[in-house]
Amino acid sequence: MAGFFSRLKQGLSRSTQKLTGGLAAITKRRLDDEALEELEETLIAADLGPAVAKRIIANFRRTRFGTEVTDREIRESLATEIATILEPVAQPFRLDPTRKPHVVLVVGVNGTGKTTTIGKLALQFREENKKPVLVAGDTFRAAAVEQLQIWGERTKSPVIAGATNADAAGLAFEALTRAQRDQADVLLIDTAGRLHNKAALMEELRKIIRVLRKQDETAPHSVLLVLDATTGQNAIQQVRVFKEMVDVTGLVVTKLDGSARGGIVVALAEEFGIPVHAVGVGEQAGDLRAFEAVDFARGLVGEPETAPG
Amino acid sequence: MFDALSDKFSGIFEGLRRRGALSEADVNEALREVRLAMLEADVALPVVKDFIARVRERAVGSEVLDAVSPGQQVAKIVNDALVEALGGAGAVPLNLNAPAPIPILLVGLQGSGKTTTAGKLALRLRTRERRRVLLASLDTQRPAAQLQLAQLAERAEVVSLPIVAGQAPVEIARRAMDVGRREGYDVVLLDTAGRLSIDQALMDEVRAIRAATNPVETLLVVDAMTGQDAVNTARAFHEALGITGVVLTRMDGDARGGAALSMRQVTGAPIKFSGSGEKIDALDEFHPERVAGRILGLGDIVGLVERAAETIDQDEAERLAKKMLKGSFTLEDYAAQLKQIGKMGSLGSIVGMLPGLGHLKQKIEDANLDQTVFKRQQAIISSMTIQERRQPEIIKASRKKRIAAGSGTSVTDVNRLLKQFDDMSTMMKKMGKMGQKGLMRGGLSALMAQAQQGGRGNPRRPF
Repeated sequence: MAGFFSRLKQGLSRSTQKLTGGLAAITKRRLDDEALEELEETLIAADLGPAVAKRIIANFRRTRFGTEVTDREIRESLATEIATILEPVAQPFRLDPTRKPHVVLVVGVNGTGKTTTIGKLALQFREENKKPVLVAGDTFRAAAVEQLQIWGERTKSPVIAGATNADAAGLAFEALTRAQRDQADVLLIDTAGRLHNKAALMEELRKIIRVLRKQDETAPHSVLLVLDATTGQNAIQQVRVFKEMVDVTGLVVTKLDGSARGGIVVALAEEFGIPVHAVGVGEQAGDLRAFEAVDFARGLVGEPETAPG
Repeated sequence: MFDALSDKFSGIFEGLRRRGALSEADVNEALREVRLAMLEADVALPVVKDFIARVRERAVGSEVLDAVSPGQQVAKIVNDALVEALGGAGAVPLNLNAPAPIPILLVGLQGSGKTTTAGKLALRLRTRERRRVLLASLDTQRPAAQLQLAQLAERAEVVSLPIVAGQAPVEIARRAMDVGRREGYDVVLLDTAGRLSIDQALMDEVRAIRAATNPVETLLVVDAMTGQDAVNTARAFHEALGITGVVLTRMDGDARGGAALSMRQVTGAPIKFSGSGEKIDALDEFHPERVAGRILGLGDIVGLVERAAETIDQDEAERLAKKMLKGSFTLEDYAAQLKQIGKMGSLGSIVGMLPGLGHLKQKIEDANLDQTVFKRQQAIISSMTIQERRQPEIIKASRKKRIAAGSGTSVTDVNRLLKQFDDMSTMMKKMGKMGQKGLMRGGLSALMAQAQQGGRGNPRRPF
């Protein structure tokens, strides 16, 4: 057994070298079947999923097959190919200034970074001289309220919280009433993480929306789904169900500073076309960036991002 | 969690069963499908390749040619290889074989569920192993993380290390071990901050924690939804810390959970537990053979019975299991079971354990079934006569009307319940029969049922 594992481990590290340096290995050579297969595997290893990877490579084959290419050229053109899929969804998040407040409901499965994202968004709005109000709608998880309160202190934003296990919908209603009275620009409502296959918990989210609409029938003006970049193919199901249940208007992809490349976003762009507003690249308040299609695509194929400026 | 993979596998092997003898081309074709299914289930590419190579090696050749049915043989090879790759038969318990206080370290990426797992583990150690547990949070990164663990400790009725503001993680770890020694704790559970495997500073920090405490178990906590990055994470943490076990969280989701296989293969460490819900007792032992059974479309009936045994009572659970397997499950039993369901966890996690689940699960999702629906179903059954509960086939139009009126529901609701109950009974009967007929006549399903019977032969007592 030990022999097997050490053998496998060797094999794995070889494969990884091949994947991370995969494109370097086909430097200045004919783009043949083998080379295309390596490219396809690079995409699969970046979580694009086997079907999307296959389709992208099939397109690529049509225009490029048999040509003599350098490493750089091939990365560039593959990134360009992927960027065209991502361009339409790369839409920055914008507040509607006619809304006082613009109501943002933040949803997602457990542990994707909803609360952290709200903290980061609050900072951004503060820097734009807007007045955000945060709502600690995760009344379930231990210390979730305190976590948001600390973000409130850091970003000098008021936090509206209720008791543990309080009704999140009631809290949201109360928060909206107060935010309207105080002429806040944006109301950021945190919610408890929930797995999309739990019907009762999804119903709870719908209830929050129903109750918000009693106060403002146009609310919520945005429903942001926070997605962890390490998530694999299950993200498709996540987005599908959340979209169906609460009409998600945009995505925020978190934890892109890690080794995961978030290739599932390409599959999501193809399947749903939901805007990707921002990406999270760290735990600090400033670590939220706009989603840039070209940079993201370059990251997927292992090409460094374009130099800033 | 492995539903879709199972669906794929069943499809593939049905194809093989229908043919007669298998050629190498057949094996290759089947394995291409297996490869695709595994990739879609998020098993990491290098792990998939290795797995396929091993299965091909075993499948092509005499083993296949001599087999009664090549399809069965290939299916068995895939199943065996999967069980083996997931760690072989049986759950691997926590290693508590060390002088007290036993340090256990929990590590992983942000948001993988370490703190929740720490709370669940503490409860488990206190109630099942009868250990005195001290919980300590070394997470000085995430706001209110230490407070979260303190609150979880309260729920688990264990002690948590008092929070000292501004103390560094390594110092907290040392203090926890000191308190553990001085106050006579059996186990000190050390929860750490989530960290990225490429964050050098934080990886150095957790190395220092490890060096300072010398944990008996270093558990890597991983989200079952993790994609291809599972290999990178597993390798980085394993190289830095020497992982002794894996905890797979969010198994109550519908992710196919290929990360389980990747983690196991890269670290060589057993998957010890799986998290299956937000409640503090939702932590199960990980049984590779059952999960492989699930992959191949048979459900996890052993797990279902076990969970029932823990939340209901032993006799009731045995009666339930027998009835299910014999197919003599009545509406009365169903009504009794409905009452227990709230206790047993979310509906999704229960249905996920039933054999032939893909079909039923979809139905339940379509029907948007939640606890309210269960209450309604209980009301419907309560409005039936005893005879109707035992012989639902006598319920025709006028009885349906009466039952609907009595329970404040509609005839459609009554029909839905009857249909669903009928589907359940059919499936359970099928399951029971396959177990008895054996390999030669029952095909792949029987083969797998036998594998599961192996699991039933030496049942693990929860207490």
